[in-house]
Amino acid sequence: MVPLIVICVYLLLLLGLGIFASTLFRGSSKDYMLASHSIGPFLLLMSLFGTTMTAFALVGSTGEAYAEGVGVYGLLASSSGIIHSLCFFVLGIKLWSLGKKYGYTTQIQFFRDRLQSDKIGILLFPILVGLVIPYLLIGVMASGTVISAVSEGAFSSMFAEYDYGVPNWLGSLVISIVVLIYVFFGGMRGTAWANAFQTIVFMILGIITFWVISSNLGGVEAASQAVEKRNPSKLMRSVAESDELRYEKAFATWQSLAEYNYANEKADGNLLTAEQKEKAIAEYKGPPIGNWKARAEANLAVANNLIDLTVAEKNDAFIEQDDRVMPEEKPEWWDKKVMTGHELNHYHRNEAAVLAAYTDPIYSKNLGHPNELINPDKPELGTKWTRKRTAGVYRATKWSPEEPRGMSMLVFITYMFIPLSVGMFPHLFQHWLTAKSAQSFKLPVVAHPLFIAIVWIPCVLVGVWATSAVVPGTERALIPPHFNPNAVLPFMVANMSGPFLSGLLTAGVLAAIMSSLDSQFLCIGTMFTEDIVVHYGGKKRFSDKQVLIIARCFIIGIVAITYFLSLYEPRRVFTLGVWTFSGFSSLFPLVFAALYWKRLTKAGAYACVITAISLWCLFFYMSDMALNPHFTVFGMMPVATMVPAAAIVMVIVSLMTQPPSDEHLERFFPKKGL
Amino acid sequence: MRYMVWLLVVALIILHQDLWYWDDRTLVWGFMPITLLWQGGISVGAAAVWFLATIFAWPTDLIEETQQEVEGGE
Repeated sequence: MVPLIVICVYLLLLLGLGIFASTLFRGSSKDYMLASHSIGPFLLLMSLFGTTMTAFALVGSTGEAYAEGVGVYGLLASSSGIIHSLCFFVLGIKLWSLGKKYGYTTQIQFFRDRLQSDKIGILLFPILVGLVIPYLLIGVMASGTVISAVSEGAFSSMFAEYDYGVPNWLGSLVISIVVLIYVFFGGMRGTAWANAFQTIVFMILGIITFWVISSNLGGVEAASQAVEKRNPSKLMRSVAESDELRYEKAFATWQSLAEYNYANEKADGNLLTAEQKEKAIAEYKGPPIGNWKARAEANLAVANNLIDLTVAEKNDAFIEQDDRVMPEEKPEWWDKKVMTGHELNHYHRNEAAVLAAYTDPIYSKNLGHPNELINPDKPELGTKWTRKRTAGVYRATKWSPEEPRGMSMLVFITYMFIPLSVGMFPHLFQHWLTAKSAQSFKLPVVAHPLFIAIVWIPCVLVGVWATSAVVPGTERALIPPHFNPNAVLPFMVANMSGPFLSGLLTAGVLAAIMSSLDSQFLCIGTMFTEDIVVHYGGKKRFSDKQVLIIARCFIIGIVAITYFLSLYEPRRVFTLGVWTFSGFSSLFPLVFAALYWKRLTKAGAYACVITAISLWCLFFYMSDMALNPHFTVFGMMPVATMVPAAAIVMVIVSLMTQPPSDEHLERFFPKKGL
Repeated sequence: MRYMVWLLVVALIILHQDLWYWDDRTLVWGFMPITLLWQGGISVGAAAVWFLATIFAWPTDLIEETQQEVEGGE
């Protein structure tokens, strides 16, 4: 309960800040949306950093480092330090100049004017809002996961199906409402202040989290040495030989289990005699956890050569044991060769199969309130298992071992396209267009790469250390195989600190998440009112107050959509973030050409946008809607196809169509010295 | 100097592709994976290069021209 109280106090503090900022509100919708262009360099830095990194940087980077190793930092963090600031130089200052001259406040206003096309707004608006939604989704989803993880056992009888803690849906809902309230009260000014406050909070608490976790793991050296010993591949981008050998051995053992279960089912459970079963259990030396009896019996069956399956039956057995979907048409090799672990991983896994763990007595016998002992007479057995732990045991003992994966060089290199997304991110674009002075960009340009390093390096280290942390006094891994990467950071925080600190550190993670949501909420509200409502309704049709109400209603609508999407099957935070960034990156050629290429035409711009978004939709669909985190196109990141394709189509169509008039171009490309 | 700054940016992009540390898991100072240290260095290097850029490559002409135009129009 203590962590929950700390989180609630933090949320109240935040609401207070939003209300205080509202007293500085000048009253107009312009001030509400853009703080009358009065945000200085410090607030700008905090706003930009807070919005672009956040849930993705903390929860996402830790989880991804846990899954993929230290190479994650090079994939996005260091490249962002170079490319984000480059975009500030190449795009930001030019856009600031045009915004200052022609009074644009949103990117659609700029494109409408530059391309002399009203309809480009109709095309771009849903695409931009549609791409912001997955980014909002990351925050909404992650906030629910984080609150749920640290509040396990907080209630004595409520929310039993959520491990007696706050359900994910409730955590997400509360965070969405809190952010909506302080955004509505404080507007852009309140949001900027809340953003600055929360960015400072999450950076300070992030450093404390790092220190607490590393101390609990025996210090930074001991933590890294443990990785070197248990999961050396996580310290580099290729697979260590020892990891490969360990996997092959574990996979062979798992194959025996799968074959035994299949053969035993075929023999109606009588593959072994009662005596043989007793003997198997007596001889078993592994941990008595999950389906250990089946493992014991499998050992004896293998030793006595009792399993007799055809090759095709063996392959069927692997698919069944691993809860994967049996292919309707089996490949030609199915009855000729036994599949490898790598081949097995190509078949889609039915994640819902894990629900069986809650009813199957093999896994559910210890299920209960996490504050109660399994057996009061035997306290050494520990406390009852949560549903998350029960499901974890099911996955860890039933599913095939996780295959160690190296990083592809081509994927690493083509990740460089992803930070180009800042060029089209709506909230950044608005800051560029409306900043009071171009001088205020200097601090963000320089400090951004350093801030990324301060946040990402500790997160990546914690994620990698989590792979090899063990339960104190044992050699058993603290985090079981097939663990949800999104939950790695909250799990480490909850397990490595006391209740008060755990609450405080979680507040830090939530601060990071909320500082992303707030600016995005406000930004889409501004886009809707400026680009749709006022643009088509006319400036005089709506009063200032009405514009504000419309903006708020639209924001609530988008938050509601995002919230409902968050209730569906969860994705990896990192993967979803990369898809959002990829979408914005694919539109980069448009903004670059609009600023530097006179020959860009309206038709070329339409072709660019349509190509970019069509490819994005196609690839997103092909990646099982982001369920496949390793999806590539031609062995590269999908964005590496989307950006050049959009650029090529834009150039070809522009060259084939009538160029804009010289008079019009003069406004955007003035001759020097005139 | 302006060209020097842009050359440094290109150098950073090339150095970021540290393929030479691909399968090196050396722990520097006993805890820091070498590739992470290198990439962290790239971040620090980026901050330094962008600092130089704000001094030597800042588009002062464009900014002044814009301000003059805006003030002239007001």
